[in-house]
Amino acid sequence: MNDLIQAVDWARAQFALTAIYHWLFVPLTLGLGVIIAIMETIYYRTRDEKWLKTTKFWMTLFGVNFAIGVATGLILEFEFGTNWSNYSWFVGDIFGAPLAIEGILAFFMESTFIAVMFFGWKKVSPKFHLAATWLTAIGATLSALWILVANAWMQYPAGCEFNPATMRNEMTSFWAVACSPMALSKFFHTVLSAWTLGGVFVVGVCGWMLLRKRNVDHCKRSLKIGAWIGVVGIILTSITGDSSAVTVAKYQPMKLAAMEGLYKGSHEQAIVAAGILNPAKTATNDENPYLFDVSIPYGLSFLATHDPHAFVPGIEDIIAGRSYDNDGNEINTVSYAERIERGKQVQELIAQFDVANRASDLVAIDSLKKAINADFRYFGYAYLDTPEEAVPNVPLTFYTFHLMVTVGGFLVAFLLLALLFAYKPKLVEGKKWTKAWWWLSIITIPLTYVCSASGWIVAEVGRQPWTIQDLMPNKVAVSDLSAGSIQVTFWIFAVLFTALLIADVSIICRQISKKSQEDLG
Amino acid sequence: METYYILQNYWWFIMSVLGALLVFLLMVQGGQSMLIQHRDETERNLLVHSLGRKWELTFTTLVTFGGAFFASFPLFYSTSFGGAYWLWMLILFSFVVQAISYEYRAKSGNVYGKNFYDILLLINGVLGPVLLGVAVAGMFFGAEFTVTKSNILNAQAATISNWGPLHGLEAIANWKNLLFGCMVLFLARTLASLYFINNISDRVVRKRQRFILSWNAPIFVVLFLATVTVLLLSSGVAVDPDGNAQWVPYRYLTNYVSMWWCLVVLLIGVVLVLFGIGKTLMKKDYLCGIWPAGVGTVLVVLTLFWVLGYNDTAYYPSLLDAQSSLTIRNSSSSEFTLTVMSIVSILVPFVVAYIAYCWYAMDHDKLTRDEVSSDNH
Repeated sequence: MNDLIQAVDWARAQFALTAIYHWLFVPLTLGLGVIIAIMETIYYRTRDEKWLKTTKFWMTLFGVNFAIGVATGLILEFEFGTNWSNYSWFVGDIFGAPLAIEGILAFFMESTFIAVMFFGWKKVSPKFHLAATWLTAIGATLSALWILVANAWMQYPAGCEFNPATMRNEMTSFWAVACSPMALSKFFHTVLSAWTLGGVFVVGVCGWMLLRKRNVDHCKRSLKIGAWIGVVGIILTSITGDSSAVTVAKYQPMKLAAMEGLYKGSHEQAIVAAGILNPAKTATNDENPYLFDVSIPYGLSFLATHDPHAFVPGIEDIIAGRSYDNDGNEINTVSYAERIERGKQVQELIAQFDVANRASDLVAIDSLKKAINADFRYFGYAYLDTPEEAVPNVPLTFYTFHLMVTVGGFLVAFLLLALLFAYKPKLVEGKKWTKAWWWLSIITIPLTYVCSASGWIVAEVGRQPWTIQDLMPNKVAVSDLSAGSIQVTFWIFAVLFTALLIADVSIICRQISKKSQEDLG
Repeated sequence: METYYILQNYWWFIMSVLGALLVFLLMVQGGQSMLIQHRDETERNLLVHSLGRKWELTFTTLVTFGGAFFASFPLFYSTSFGGAYWLWMLILFSFVVQAISYEYRAKSGNVYGKNFYDILLLINGVLGPVLLGVAVAGMFFGAEFTVTKSNILNAQAATISNWGPLHGLEAIANWKNLLFGCMVLFLARTLASLYFINNISDRVVRKRQRFILSWNAPIFVVLFLATVTVLLLSSGVAVDPDGNAQWVPYRYLTNYVSMWWCLVVLLIGVVLVLFGIGKTLMKKDYLCGIWPAGVGTVLVVLTLFWVLGYNDTAYYPSLLDAQSSLTIRNSSSSEFTLTVMSIVSILVPFVVAYIAYCWYAMDHDKLTRDEVSSDNH
């Protein structure tokens, strides 16, 4: 059992390592892809060689970043099979479809047209080349769509039904999977945050070049496009962040409670704008959850339900199955202790179904199937030893959520200023703080990466201990592997990805330095 | 039920097509494995530029092959990937190092130097085909696993697919699998030579590639004959209408005979491959050998997948428990999912069409030294 827990932890660590590295590169691909496509469109319409040079400058950086994103993405897909083999069978009928569609519709589009984009300048017409650039950007976005549909399904498993004869979940509605509220909010929130990163990257790189007074006109051109995409990205990211919060409150209340470090909920629940958690606090004691906090009255009720008076349950409420309507009447939801019991009963019914199925006892099969379907939503709870096992890592979820929101707020202000300065450059030129502004724009690049990664940590850590919300905990999803085997591959990939990241950053920096000294018009 | 049966067969056909295209596109890996045979820097750059415009197609086909297997036959995905862990991890490692090498090798600031990335391309060029060959060979010759779906109800040992302690290392050490893998490597190298001769307009490169082809192709033919012989003499797992599985001698030979059209397609494929190689070696001005050899390769691999999965044969036999063997019936997705995926697959011809058009547009004018030297990407 100990070895199993270690194997689960190492498998999680390996997946987290791959996902975080992958997500370092993908958002820049998504954001920069759109920016390049817009720049090339301007070139196509104006036939101004300066725009061609500007497009090619950013395209070089796009290419370096794209390659490593592809590399880390490959591992991610196959790790579902290698490290989470039970998961692959249990929900492969649903989860595999978006991945296959991603391959057929998105990857081929990206991989085919990116070759035209890089090598086709003299081989195809300008119109075809422009189409190839757009199709590369669209392919990358479609790829994000399908993988986010798959991820959203893990947060909110819709459109499926358990089949006890095959011991797995099977899809019953493709549209319920593809268009679930979770999928839509996740897709827009994630892709638009990538636009933000792309915009910040362009502003930051231009900031570095302007500090060295290189290719000022090229920077001015780039800043306008980058700042626009950044502003559109961050504003829409904020709006979709709001809808994400509502969705999480509805379908993953435990995650929302962990994001806020909320143990005992209330009506007109305040939101913690900043705070330090009390490390001694658990779901089973009465310690104060915070050592320090600054709260905004009504904030969480409003954020979660758009009703400032609504009740928002905390971790202890959710475990106990307590909730209240707006009139203060108690609504009895199912406590976690009861869920565990009912989950065990469902598993017992499935075992009986298995026996009846082998004996072809049609009467028993029919009645057992109905009983299983009635309570299947508690299936996963049978694997939990205690109700408290269903509580995610609160400090990690809480701090990354607040970090994301804080940096996100800063990005709104930063990008609005960047847009203003892009159109009114005299406001920033020749001032005492000119250099400070450009330095800030450089520092904002890593800050945005931290913000972006934090969002994913909130989404994934907040779902723990579930691989699929309420249906399958990690310890059941994992493959039959020793912790040692996974440890070895973890370190191999940790070293490899780090080495590649060093090369990636080094090449990007060198390319910026080198190409910024050329005449970019 | 009839519809479900047809859908399962259809999706095995789709997997066959993807598998066959992947084997053809492994010419990229074959090309990488021979970079060290071109000591001249310009010649090597020509090869890298030629492959650099195609590597993503191979990569994407591999990813799609994996994704489509996940969607259509998830029990294979679960059993093979989770079980033969080391085999698949080595395959993934070799493809990860490929993905960055083309973009990074010639860029200033790449930290580790050009040779380092060329070595990574070599690693992928050799390991990729050999290990993918080993993985596919395991589908013919069997692997050490058991499947018990009801394990999911046992919280203490919930894994439904269990594998031997070596987790895929034993598959790499199996001589039959290795023979298959080496055959795939030399096929990839043969196809790569034919591709270079077609794609690069350079007298020196073409001459050197003809020389490389002249010894690679015979090795491939010998390995191919040996592999086919071993395969046809091997046992396979047959499943009766009640679902009982058992090992049967000469299963794949029997399948070729009972599905005579597979045999016909196999022979046409072999003739096309030999024609492509032979004519290229004999006629110095013949540059199109890649096309008949490529089509032939696809046809041959298609028939291998067909005799593997059709005719009530287990496409992934278990060496530990024949009843655990995977068939296209017991390992597939539900009828609903296969239907949804089939609707999506209608778009495949459209995808193939734009790939073909882009390939034509990019390769219409063959690669030259001038183009490579003027390319600043």
